[in-house]
Amino acid sequence: MSAIYFIVFLPLLAAAVAGLSNKAFGKTFPKVITTGSLFIACALSWPIFISYLGGHAEPTVSPIFTWMLSGSMQVDWALRVDSLTAVMLVVVTSVSALVHLYSWGYMSEEPDQPRFFAYLSLFTFAMLMLVTANNLVQMFFGWEGVGLASYLLIGFWFRKPSANAAAIKAFVVNRVGDLGFMLGIFGTFLVFGTIDIPTILAAAPNMHGSTIGFLGARFDTMTVLCLLLFVGAMGKSAQLGLHTWLPDAMEGPTPVSALIHAATMVTAGVFMVCRMSPMFEQSQVALGVVTFVGAATCFFAATVGTTQTDIKRVIAYSTCSQLGYMFFAAGVGAYGAAMFHLFTHAFFKALLFLGAGSVIHAMHHEQDMRYYGGLWKKIPVTYWTMMAGTLAITGVGIPGIFGNTAFGFAGFHSKDAIIEASYAAGQTSAFWVGVFVALLTSFYSWRVVFLTFHGKPRWAASEHIQHAVHDAHGHGHDDHADDGHAHAAHGHDDHHHDHAHEGDGTAGYHPHESPIVMLIPLLILSVGAVLAGFVFHGFFIEPSAGESYWHGAVAFNEHLMHAMHEVPVWVKLSATIAMLSGLAIAYGAYIVSPSFPAKFAEAFRPLYLFSLNKWYFDELYNFLFVRPAFAIGRLFWKKGDEATIDRFGPNGVAKVVQLGGGVTAKLQSGYVYAYAFIMLIGLTAALTWVIAR
Amino acid sequence: MSGFPILTVMLAVPAIAAVACLFLNAQGARWLALAATFVDLALGILLWSGFQTGDGAAQWQFVEHVRLFGIGGAEFAWALGIDGFALLLIVLSVFLMPICIGASWLSVTKRVPEYMAAFLATEVLMIGTFAAQDLMLFYVFFEGGLIPMFLIIGIWGGANRIYASYKFFLYTLLGSLLMLIAIIYMILTTGTTSIPALMQHDFPAHVQTWLWLAFFASFAVKMPMWPVHTWLPDAHVQAPTAGSVILAGVLLKLGGYGFLRFSLPMFPEASAQFIWLVFLLSAVAVVYTSLVALVQSDMKKLIAYSSVAHMAIVTFGLFALNSQGIEGAMMVMLGHGVVSGALFLCVGVIYDRLHTREIDRYGGLAINMPRYAVLFLLFTMASVGLPGTSNFIGEFLSLAGIYQVSTLYALLGTTGIILGAAYMLYLYRRVAFGDLTKDDVKAMPDLDLREFVMLGALAAVTLWMGVYPESFMKPMRGDVEKLVARLERAAPAGDSLPTVGKPAPAVEHGEHAAAPVAHGEAH
Repeated sequence: MSAIYFIVFLPLLAAAVAGLSNKAFGKTFPKVITTGSLFIACALSWPIFISYLGGHAEPTVSPIFTWMLSGSMQVDWALRVDSLTAVMLVVVTSVSALVHLYSWGYMSEEPDQPRFFAYLSLFTFAMLMLVTANNLVQMFFGWEGVGLASYLLIGFWFRKPSANAAAIKAFVVNRVGDLGFMLGIFGTFLVFGTIDIPTILAAAPNMHGSTIGFLGARFDTMTVLCLLLFVGAMGKSAQLGLHTWLPDAMEGPTPVSALIHAATMVTAGVFMVCRMSPMFEQSQVALGVVTFVGAATCFFAATVGTTQTDIKRVIAYSTCSQLGYMFFAAGVGAYGAAMFHLFTHAFFKALLFLGAGSVIHAMHHEQDMRYYGGLWKKIPVTYWTMMAGTLAITGVGIPGIFGNTAFGFAGFHSKDAIIEASYAAGQTSAFWVGVFVALLTSFYSWRVVFLTFHGKPRWAASEHIQHAVHDAHGHGHDDHADDGHAHAAHGHDDHHHDHAHEGDGTAGYHPHESPIVMLIPLLILSVGAVLAGFVFHGFFIEPSAGESYWHGAVAFNEHLMHAMHEVPVWVKLSATIAMLSGLAIAYGAYIVSPSFPAKFAEAFRPLYLFSLNKWYFDELYNFLFVRPAFAIGRLFWKKGDEATIDRFGPNGVAKVVQLGGGVTAKLQSGYVYAYAFIMLIGLTAALTWVIAR
Repeated sequence: MSGFPILTVMLAVPAIAAVACLFLNAQGARWLALAATFVDLALGILLWSGFQTGDGAAQWQFVEHVRLFGIGGAEFAWALGIDGFALLLIVLSVFLMPICIGASWLSVTKRVPEYMAAFLATEVLMIGTFAAQDLMLFYVFFEGGLIPMFLIIGIWGGANRIYASYKFFLYTLLGSLLMLIAIIYMILTTGTTSIPALMQHDFPAHVQTWLWLAFFASFAVKMPMWPVHTWLPDAHVQAPTAGSVILAGVLLKLGGYGFLRFSLPMFPEASAQFIWLVFLLSAVAVVYTSLVALVQSDMKKLIAYSSVAHMAIVTFGLFALNSQGIEGAMMVMLGHGVVSGALFLCVGVIYDRLHTREIDRYGGLAINMPRYAVLFLLFTMASVGLPGTSNFIGEFLSLAGIYQVSTLYALLGTTGIILGAAYMLYLYRRVAFGDLTKDDVKAMPDLDLREFVMLGALAAVTLWMGVYPESFMKPMRGDVEKLVARLERAAPAGDSLPTVGKPAPAVEHGEHAAAPVAHGEAH
């Protein structure tokens, strides 16, 4: 038995056991079984990854059984492992295992823990099915499975209307993308006669110059197929236009945001484009669209991220923006770099989210950074781990321009590679967007650090903190029940207070560092955030090492990777300069002169509001789609079904017949038997007529 | 299995039980009905396991033929026999019947013996419809099937039951009459009433057109297709729970079965000629009824409208005239039969507790009815077509079939997955999520054992069909092949028509790296 069966199905088994047994075997059992199986899956995944790093392992396909067989379409359940899958295996199982562990602490006050852990494991199973898919339909199974888990986890606190709304929004917006994915699968089957990925990828290079009809016009075949599939990727990876669900998804518990909405699920679109990269390579138009959408998302999300005040929303927009980076890397043909950024991003973004969770935990569920400040001494482990994450995402490092080996935090290796690759591929506009967004990334990331950990405490204005302090005093009307958080009753007693300090903005509140089960994942992920880039960059993006690692699993472009190393010095320095500028601006605005941001916002009010309101996408979509859907539905129902079809149909007939005589009027008044009788008479009459004719 | 008239026995058991019920008291009738439906379920499983598939398997199996009478060369016979399509629909019927009896166990207290007799009669007529090989016999079963349903709605239905049953009647009457005329014409011109023989008969093209339209009138109403669908929401709303289950589960499949048994094989040219009509009506139905479902405040009405949208995928798939389309359509019929039946049961469960179908009267059921919430969620997701559940297989295959005919209609049909998610999740949210604030809702107990067993069985089948649909697709594979072969001469070419490509030019990589290479060389 290959280890991959255990990796994929242990989480499913654990989810089923935890979910079905619920609280039957006590509170700890579901946690142990789910967390335990994830750590086993993780321990089994790393050797697989390492064997591919060694360059000896061949792709394998472990069959399960046939799923669907219809005409010439055969769909199998099977688990594919190659170097691309191996990357995803370690990312998914590692982050998932750590998030399971972290949730022991973060969700400790939650009465409904078995359900939470079951959902987490179910999600992991679906994600593993997605990354091990050997055909497009199984990938779609995983795709929808993670969508289901995401829906359930966003709506985990289902008493809260906002959580429910966010969950539905996530599912429905993703379905818009799925429409494209499904049509892409149908089209692929039509063209290639199979949905088996290796067969499709092998046939794709022979499709040059082929055209296909779509919606009444003819287009290049590969362009149509790739763009349809890419619509699916846009939905799952929250790219511009279909991104609106991701910020709202922050309604879910923070560990969920770290696992699903940062490290794994949202990268599925990038994974899909890389998996299908030999297909995308056949269409310059499709690659151009991928680059454009990626760059546009990258820019859009970063601009919004600069003004949000909710710590989780800033990180959510940051995720959206980083996904944009991955897409434009794929679009310029640097699939290795896209996967590399996916890999490093998983560690540092999961770290940032879990760190934010630790801050929120310490600040009694306050998420608004305007009420943070000066926390670094209170929660030092969280501070230093988040610092590692910030250094990683902003891309701090020493560029290798003096013949030395470049060294830096994770994002330095992966993000700079993307920026250099876009220049090397001749995509100058994408390059400049990438550089500018590096500045914005640095700015909004440092803004989070400075607002949260530095400056003076501004806690007193926070309602959550006031509640905490108030409750600790013991004048205890318990209004937590009605603030909708099932988890709100959160260790108030830990937070002692001191009247002497109430004037200093702390309101006498004492934040506490999180428990050890939450700090261990933070520390492990910090190691990843610091080292993942330096240690692994060779395998992902170095020309020869990369070629031997990827081994055809993605369309690895050795030439481009060579060219990337040969870009001019100013190009290599550009990202670092942008990063330093962002840091300087953030330092100036939030440390040196804290009144500056407000003045700036005042001076450029329309621009500020545009960013603060997320470019008004939600308002636009409500106006264009949501409200019309309900209005049209009502119109069809009342004016279509009732006022037209029924009026001229059955009701009309009834009226006409009634005018003709009193017989039917009597029928209508009551006896159902009469109707049955008429039907029987009709039948008998017909039969008699046939027989006696 | 030769010699033992299993199909006749499957008809006789519920028929005898139905008559016997009328002479029993309420409790006796319940037990007898349950026993009879279980016997039929057992026989159905026997039928399924005895059904031959693969090469060399006969198309028609378990054939029985007893000549009744002949007039003018036409022989009328007690002719029964099944192919894969009929087998699967019979299995669906016998699986749902015990659940219907169980669902009525406590909630029906008025005229119980008659009620049970009506259900058993429905079962007889359903199985008869699917098993009949004689055209006249088919017609009697097909139309007769409505009579007990009509009584169930009219006698045991809700407040506005008379209007609903009347509407149901009016619609179906019109269609049946036209179909009857067509049937008589066919018997007179061909001199046979044998359905297998007629399936091989080639009618002249112009005759096909008229016959197709006459059959269409009947099947479109039964389906129901837009715009003759308005009887369905009313019928569902007024019907008792079990009535809705059998209506959605089996009766709605009669139209699809009719298309599959008559319109497609008997009139292939006409079917191809009317693809545009079927596709147009189906596309309207998907979008229109999904949007209407979104604004419903009555649970049953919402699910009824969603049924119309799902059935549109069936008509779409059937008229794609290719294997994926037809197999997909069958799988949607089976999946929808199980899932919508389950959804109506889910409504019934809470209706029995609170006596309202008003969605806004509920909320927060996940708190006090967790087991119910889990099962309801599973069926909601199945209705949405989540992979791994029954409905995905059908929807996916039918839409894949449609794509081969028309990309535009595939696009319109696929919008159903977005709209379906919207109205079902919106329903689920209002019923199961949110806070538990209303006192009467708080007092609702979770599923009892009877309800749990019924919904659990449906849940198991939903997952089985979603994960290993081969059990269901295997019996019909040969029939689909035969049907597709027969339709081949008429089937449309589709609008995709991909042209053959050439290998990519080798300069591909060079192009990519064109700009940088210049820099590279400079070093």
